[in-house]
Amino acid sequence: MSMNRGGRPTSAQGGGTTDHPTFTGNKALQIEEPLLFEVGNTTKTGVDLPEPGNVENRLGDLERQSIGLPGLSEPEVMRHYVRLSQKNYAIDAGIYPLGSCTMKHNARLNEKMARLPGFGDVHPLQPQSTVQGALELMHTLAAWLLEMTGMAGVALSPKAGAHGEFCGMAAIKAAQLAKGDARSVVLVPESAHGTNPATAASLGYSVRDIPARDDGTVSPEAVREVLGPDVAGIMLTNPNTCGLFERDIVEIADAVHEAGAYFYCDGANFNAIVGKARPGDLGVDCMHINLHKTFSTPHGGGGPGSGPVVFSEALATHAPVPYVIQTGETYSLVESVEAALEDGEHPFGRQTAFHGQMGMFVRALSYMMSHGSDGMRQASEDAVLNANYIRAGLRDVMTQPFGDQVCMHEVLFDDTFLKDSGVTTLDFAKAMIDEGFHPMTMYFPLVVHGAMLIEPTESESKASLDQFIATLRDLTRAAGEGDTERFTGAPYHAPMARLDETRAARQPILRWTPDMPAEAAE
Amino acid sequence: MRYLPHTDADRKAMLSSIGVNSIDDLFADIPADVRLDAPLDLPPNAGEMEVERQLGAMAARNTPASSVPFFVGCGAYKHHVPATVDHLIQRSEFLTSYTPYQPEISQGTLQYLFEFQTQVALLTGMEVANASMYDGSTGCGEAVLMAHRLTRRSKAVLSGGLHPQYRDVVQTLCNLSEEPVEALAADPDGTEDIIAAIDEETACVVVQSPDVYGRIHDLTPIAAAAHEKGALLIAVVTEIVSLGALKPPGEMGADIVVAEGQSIGVGLNFGGPYVGLFATRQKYIRQMPGRVCGETVDANGKRGFVLTLSTREQHIRREKATSNICTNSGLCALAFTIHLSLLGEAGLMRLARINHANAVALADALTAIEGVDLLTPSFFNEFTIRVPGKGADVIEALAQKGILGGVCASRLSPDEKALDDLIIVAATEVNTDEDRAAYAAALKEVLS
Repeated sequence: MSMNRGGRPTSAQGGGTTDHPTFTGNKALQIEEPLLFEVGNTTKTGVDLPEPGNVENRLGDLERQSIGLPGLSEPEVMRHYVRLSQKNYAIDAGIYPLGSCTMKHNARLNEKMARLPGFGDVHPLQPQSTVQGALELMHTLAAWLLEMTGMAGVALSPKAGAHGEFCGMAAIKAAQLAKGDARSVVLVPESAHGTNPATAASLGYSVRDIPARDDGTVSPEAVREVLGPDVAGIMLTNPNTCGLFERDIVEIADAVHEAGAYFYCDGANFNAIVGKARPGDLGVDCMHINLHKTFSTPHGGGGPGSGPVVFSEALATHAPVPYVIQTGETYSLVESVEAALEDGEHPFGRQTAFHGQMGMFVRALSYMMSHGSDGMRQASEDAVLNANYIRAGLRDVMTQPFGDQVCMHEVLFDDTFLKDSGVTTLDFAKAMIDEGFHPMTMYFPLVVHGAMLIEPTESESKASLDQFIATLRDLTRAAGEGDTERFTGAPYHAPMARLDETRAARQPILRWTPDMPAEAAE
Repeated sequence: MRYLPHTDADRKAMLSSIGVNSIDDLFADIPADVRLDAPLDLPPNAGEMEVERQLGAMAARNTPASSVPFFVGCGAYKHHVPATVDHLIQRSEFLTSYTPYQPEISQGTLQYLFEFQTQVALLTGMEVANASMYDGSTGCGEAVLMAHRLTRRSKAVLSGGLHPQYRDVVQTLCNLSEEPVEALAADPDGTEDIIAAIDEETACVVVQSPDVYGRIHDLTPIAAAAHEKGALLIAVVTEIVSLGALKPPGEMGADIVVAEGQSIGVGLNFGGPYVGLFATRQKYIRQMPGRVCGETVDANGKRGFVLTLSTREQHIRREKATSNICTNSGLCALAFTIHLSLLGEAGLMRLARINHANAVALADALTAIEGVDLLTPSFFNEFTIRVPGKGADVIEALAQKGILGGVCASRLSPDEKALDDLIIVAATEVNTDEDRAAYAAALKEVLS
């Protein structure tokens, strides 16, 4: 063994053994971290505040005596959350190929812009004369979205994709009610995201399924078959959740319009076609845009999102308040239905207090300006290129439910290639975790058995894709060779082993309580 | 383009591996007559400096809250956020992760959500909370729909003290699903008799405290009256710091509490993103909307956390789901929970006392001016004054003098002419003695 002069070994000899449990349960950089409630206490605080002024209280005899909230000092808080963060996967650390979720690079310039005091530190109800730049930003974002989509109007206020879906379908309902033409049914393909039928139902519509044809797309004949005078509209995702462009979309739109119905396009996958095709040219009446997908505002562990909706000429007047108008050099907000009626519009109402996800508007516009017209088109092309490159790299070892055909920004596999291997889609995904990858979207869309939906996005380099493909090839080979333990017990190397979701649902524990036993080390 | 890793040589090699000649071959399914050949009519790509210049110029045309004496509230409040909060939420592992679908590599997100749910339950005095909503107003709409499901009744009774934009959100939802709403008239004087509006058809009664005018309400008799008629009480809190000083709705009989959590950790952001807090009774959890995190164990018996009760949710139940909600407000919930763990009970209660004391001092200073009356004898950190003349003009005149003095009540309720002379004023820990003196002096000048 080589040593330095103080006797400290400098070679790696003797190290590297694996199954060696530690006393603490920690694994080097992976450190066990108790709950806040097990480390803090109610008398401690990490914020130094001045003495309150001495005044006679006017709380109306409803004063609070205690809360039970623990506090921590600042260094303890820092350590708690840094340790928690080390148990998370992130796009900044590696490929995050969740199909239809679009985990692309989140540029830090966008974060910096959103934190400019002129955007981050302004109040939604300040006098409008003091927020002209904020209104200009909203107006500019709206203009970019309209040019990209070829539509006539936009509602910026929806707070997320599903909120945008509601906005679009509410405008359709309002338009039909205004014509005295109340309708009761919404058509939704079986491959749709679950938010589509849930949105239709929340507006009082019943849902009629449209089956897909053998190649995974929707046929105009199938749509015509279920269209009728009771149909308010169709909710169609394009490119669809199988990663395919609905090539008969124009004919479908025509059929829908002929029946007096409207075409809602779920824009979750708009990122595949920016600069390549415009929904307005395809016959779409309204579409939500997930700013956190196409325009890279961070997903933040599950939100906040932002779901602006673009409208055709026919629906634009029913867009909700608020909205921004420009008169000469001055921008102003139309904040109430009464004011909008005076402005000649017919909004269906208001969906949220204030004006929408301004922080996300800034980030999205920063993304758009950075890419520009040419860069956004290139991003769409690279996203599609990358998905097809994965398809080409895996088509001989994994199976595609609708045959080997060109896909858009995501590629869909099923579990046929795992048949008789004793390995499920879930097992396969968990083995990917051990290899250092976040798994793809699993078991969605529901129309495909054991679905695996891979969306690499334009952010991955060729080297990253090559490594991903090589690893999945290794895993398919291992599954084929009967190395099932690698899969069924996975993940072996993650911060946690597989979690018992059934137990969580059957005996729900949704909060810490003081009499809960503290977690003993493993 | 700095965000795109491929070189042209990479692209060429990849096309060849795929077995196509050009990128357009991959877009062949787009019908030719609708394919875009010309570039979009938008500027070309821009470097960081150029984007900073353009957006910086827009930002510079706004007046940040920190730059002036600032007293605007009505559902969003200027509070100080410790530097630690913004540093931590920008860690890659929090900022750039997705909904925790793979719990083995998402325990960071899941544990903070579990802690967040616990904090929200403790603050509101309720048994359980979800993993957050988009904001307080949308949470309020979802609470009304939840009450419909629980009571199988349809009528919602809304107090006139409810934030008018929250009322509009509920009204919009209920109009579209054709459910009746009885919205009581704006109630700046605190004279409404909401109990009289509750009957056998009432699904829920929605009461905000402190209300939009700042007045504090004892919810106990309202809850009792609602329960007697088989209705639920939905309590709304738009200034969550108030629960550091005031008895929580859960101790006054509320069945659902919805709150805006923006005041703790999140910042103003011109109205969003914010974080909606949603809490209820344990017995109602299966009708609760939104994502929920629960405790469980892993295959080795070790404690861990997962998203749970998903059989309520749209991705499983589709059109039978309790709500169409898919995202929560994860990163804002993180900011909230970090700030609250720094504050703790001791810090939050002190912060609340400072807010109250500053508001009392400001109310005294403003009502010392001739012609200015206080409408809200009880309040936390926000109160309503009546001024001679139009409130909107006064607010604008104050802004010209560099004071952002509050919100004219008629901005939120343009159809209620009786509110034209009312100004809703908020004070928080960020206001100094000098700020208050400057406000009083400016108001005196404007009114003279």
